[in-house]
Amino acid sequence: MKKPAEFYQRDLGRHPPAYSPIYKTSVARSPQYPLISLQNSASEITGPVFGHNDIDPIDNDLILNYAQPDEMPIGERIILHGRVLDENARPIPNTLVEIWQANAGGRYRHKKDTYLAPIDPNFGGCGRTMTDEDGYYYFRTIKPGAYPWRNFVNSWRPAHIHVSVFGTGFAQRLISQIYFEGDPLIQTCPMVKSIPDPDAVDALIAKLDLNGTIPLDSIAYKFDIVLRGRRSTLFENRLEGN
Amino acid sequence: MPQQLNYLRETPSQTAGPYVHIGLAPGSAGFDIYREELGHDIAGPNAKGERIRVEGLVIDGTGSPIKDVLLETWQANADGIYAHPEHLGAVEDGFRGWGRVITDFNTGEWGFDTIKPGAVMGRNGQMMAPHINLWVVARGINVGLNTRIYFSDEETANAADPVMNIIEWERRRQTLIAQRSEPDGKAVYRFDVQIQGQNETVFFDI
Repeated sequence: MKKPAEFYQRDLGRHPPAYSPIYKTSVARSPQYPLISLQNSASEITGPVFGHNDIDPIDNDLILNYAQPDEMPIGERIILHGRVLDENARPIPNTLVEIWQANAGGRYRHKKDTYLAPIDPNFGGCGRTMTDEDGYYYFRTIKPGAYPWRNFVNSWRPAHIHVSVFGTGFAQRLISQIYFEGDPLIQTCPMVKSIPDPDAVDALIAKLDLNGTIPLDSIAYKFDIVLRGRRSTLFENRLEGN
Repeated sequence: MPQQLNYLRETPSQTAGPYVHIGLAPGSAGFDIYREELGHDIAGPNAKGERIRVEGLVIDGTGSPIKDVLLETWQANADGIYAHPEHLGAVEDGFRGWGRVITDFNTGEWGFDTIKPGAVMGRNGQMMAPHINLWVVARGINVGLNTRIYFSDEETANAADPVMNIIEWERRRQTLIAQRSEPDGKAVYRFDVQIQGQNETVFFDI
């Protein structure tokens, strides 16, 4: 059996810091002590495995998965698609991708959301899928609207879709947010601005993909997700190439 | 011109936000949509080992319980084997080893039922004490926080654990030890996660 290889060290400079005072909630929810660095053991290299039996085929279609019979949600019909890759540019097949989002008016179907924009009776706002053999995933949904939040008095989140990915090991576990190309709110958002590197911000913006559209039906956005790559186990007396 | 290395770079993390439940626990957001939500059954019915409950709070820097947290757990079975194709050995039918729980919107309490994991072989042939890996995400947490739950009735194994011993400050090791009690004869471990400040929980960069 092939010995599980470790993951590349996470570049924390590419991620938003825990303490980011422009995003006010992070102030009391950020550790003060540094993280303790841990070389990977089996606990970090392994992670949960999911199968197609865990989910239903309709789960990735947010236009249909909560709609009443013969009805559909209101809003801009989009396809969100891309690949899940690792830092070695290798596809990650059969991994679970989950998304959630507000409706076209920026309202979440959540009992704690009290924004005055109405709920859409035909839109739930969550989806999940498994990547295929080549690491591809896709969702069909409605483009979410911007919405206000209590950070500064006049803070508005850009349109975004939350995404959760597993990968092959618990150390690859990642939650992030997908933004949309050209949205002027992106550059004003304290959550986005918590990320110091403009190149890293750009990596969170789904690009309009005219080749992926379905004419007279849906616009497409393409978004590739990159998880941590795995190292050769050079220093444990086993030469394994990347 | 230096040679280019063609590595990709990891997608940056963003907070899970206050409405994480919509995607990962929609029933608690207030609507049923999936045939089955994932992560409710960690060990399955066939797993060997002691049935235990682990519960606690996640507390912020002001001392207040955080009420919009999502936690994920990852553990081995009673033989110290992870349910993963790259870990040598077999687990019981139905044992996934992964769980997902949320904090109560009113009290902030969370808890899950599982079996107590066995010791897992660590690096360089060193045995790790029984532990559950824990990942914490919430509004205000920009990158998910990794920690480990160890058990108060494993004193000898904990003292020899290679990860525990990396933590230079011995007082801080105590923050990773869940305290056992047996109300009504059932094993319950208490594990409060202190995000910031006095007795801050040890978090790992894994």
